[in-house]
Amino acid sequence: MTDPGVTAITRERFTIELDGQPVEAEAGQTIAATLIASGHRSWRTTRGAGEPRGVFCGIGICFDCLATVNGRPNVRACLAEARPGDVVTTQDGTGHGDRAI
Amino acid sequence: MATEPSDVLVPDVAPPVGPDIGSAAPTTGGWFDTEPTAVVPFDVAVIGCGPAGLAAACAALAAGVRVALVDAGVRPGGQYWRHRPGDGGEQHHGWPTFVRLRRTVEAAVAAGTLVYLAGHEVWHVERSEHELTIHAVADGAGHEIRARSLVIATGAYDRQLPFPGWTLPGVFTAGAAQAMLKGNGVVVGTRIAVAGTGPFLLPVAAALADAGARVVGVFEAGRPTAFARHPLATLRNVAKLGEGAGYLRALRRHGVPYATRTTVVEALGETDVTGVRVASLTGEWSVVAGSERGIECDAVAVGYGFTPQTELAVQLGCAVDVDRDGSCVVRVDDAQASSVPGVFVAGEACGVGGSELAVAEGEIAGSHAAWGIAPAVADVSALRRPQSRRAAGRAFAAALHDAFPLKAGWQTWLRPDTVVCRCEEVTARRITEVMDELGAADARTVKLLARPGMGLCQGRVCGYATACLVASRTGRELSPGDITGTVSRPIAQPIPLGLVASAPLVPPEES
Repeated sequence: MTDPGVTAITRERFTIELDGQPVEAEAGQTIAATLIASGHRSWRTTRGAGEPRGVFCGIGICFDCLATVNGRPNVRACLAEARPGDVVTTQDGTGHGDRAI
Repeated sequence: MATEPSDVLVPDVAPPVGPDIGSAAPTTGGWFDTEPTAVVPFDVAVIGCGPAGLAAACAALAAGVRVALVDAGVRPGGQYWRHRPGDGGEQHHGWPTFVRLRRTVEAAVAAGTLVYLAGHEVWHVERSEHELTIHAVADGAGHEIRARSLVIATGAYDRQLPFPGWTLPGVFTAGAAQAMLKGNGVVVGTRIAVAGTGPFLLPVAAALADAGARVVGVFEAGRPTAFARHPLATLRNVAKLGEGAGYLRALRRHGVPYATRTTVVEALGETDVTGVRVASLTGEWSVVAGSERGIECDAVAVGYGFTPQTELAVQLGCAVDVDRDGSCVVRVDDAQASSVPGVFVAGEACGVGGSELAVAEGEIAGSHAAWGIAPAVADVSALRRPQSRRAAGRAFAAALHDAFPLKAGWQTWLRPDTVVCRCEEVTARRITEVMDELGAADARTVKLLARPGMGLCQGRVCGYATACLVASRTGRELSPGDITGTVSRPIAQPIPLGLVASAPLVPPEES
């Protein structure tokens, strides 16, 4: 999968962590994009049926791609840009705990 | 910027050329009867930094007023001009327009006439007798931005219809596939089915194919022949038709099949998409018996038009209408003014119509928002060109909406165990149960009893589908009230609980 418009630019590469495993990331990518690029499709299970979920809307609307990032739960992985050393852990349920709507 | 919760952002810039705030009656309506509070507000706040918001901010700057540009994104451009640092715009239409607008904003930031607040998610907007107050959250901390007028340019997101298997990882919205590519350089799969309805499917499919994915087909549920009935709108938008033809050529070059009155009616797989079931549709979108076939793929990109983001305008009490594409939109007049004095709306939030229309509306909205503050610089003749572009854009949008209508037959694709509300995992069966057994007869009661739309996304994804299902079950047509009933969100974004408690209702004294 090559894209001349994108690969022509050299971007800093670094590593983040998903459940203890290293994941290659590129500067400017969201955590969700980084995970998908490395073959991950889901990093959350639903509260009810325990079904796997990953990215759906990709722009912060649907809250399907929630992950715990550096200890903070319910981060939308599609919005959060990956930073060197980010520690991402999969999440069970939506963890409504600290958020209100 | 202070890191204290709920600090108030004050423009640390010199007052604009022109009359002082409140010293002269604005020509386009005295929006506030009183002087602003002790905290000096911005003249114009713009929410959203896509085509409409950028154009509005630049138009307001041209009038010499002080602007706050508030955006949830980490960099300007919105969804349409989503990009990575260093991108040269190869994958974007209208990139020179973006570069021009961005440069104007950057120069204004340097000159101190505009404050650009990236990464600020607005969760509430309110209007007092003094001014408008925008409540935003950034990195978990609250911020208030006060302004004497407001342009809402919050855009839209993909409208979705549920179907069996649509919650499987690997099923993406068309917008997500596009965002992953344009914003991240990541292709969401190796064999991708693109499905839904509307012209947006074409650029998404073409971009995926250009990026190296095998697009196994573009499955358009509609049959877009209605253009023939809109010759004038079509003639005035030849360039856009050329864009569409260009995408079709790109798809042919990649050998991508394009089928109309066809769609993905099921995503297959256990824990991940391994294929789709594709079917031919009748004119009302029921599955044509015997037409179903399986196609192997590892991703699906799906979208059925767009849903405008209207909740901030609704919070302020702006009047809304149902547009001809069935979406709830904010009602605006010729000046892009909403029904609430001092509140303007531009872009998809007042009608889905694409980026060029959004830019024209942004220019008009930003100009009028600023002229209300600085009437001495008002120059209505300067708006003739954007007004002309707006008229052409709206005519084209209307033709597109008529060419790609949603048909109720999609409801027959559902099975009892198909999830309708992804957040709360509410199935079609559960919605039927609360209607048949508990007597729920409207979407609001169904929501209270079965919880569709009660999750973190607040019904953004399932609101339209739930309204359709409830209307069908009660044996009536979808009404405007059904649609507008899905858009009320007093808190637009989930926020840390402490923020609600700490947000002051009375502005603090300026320090």
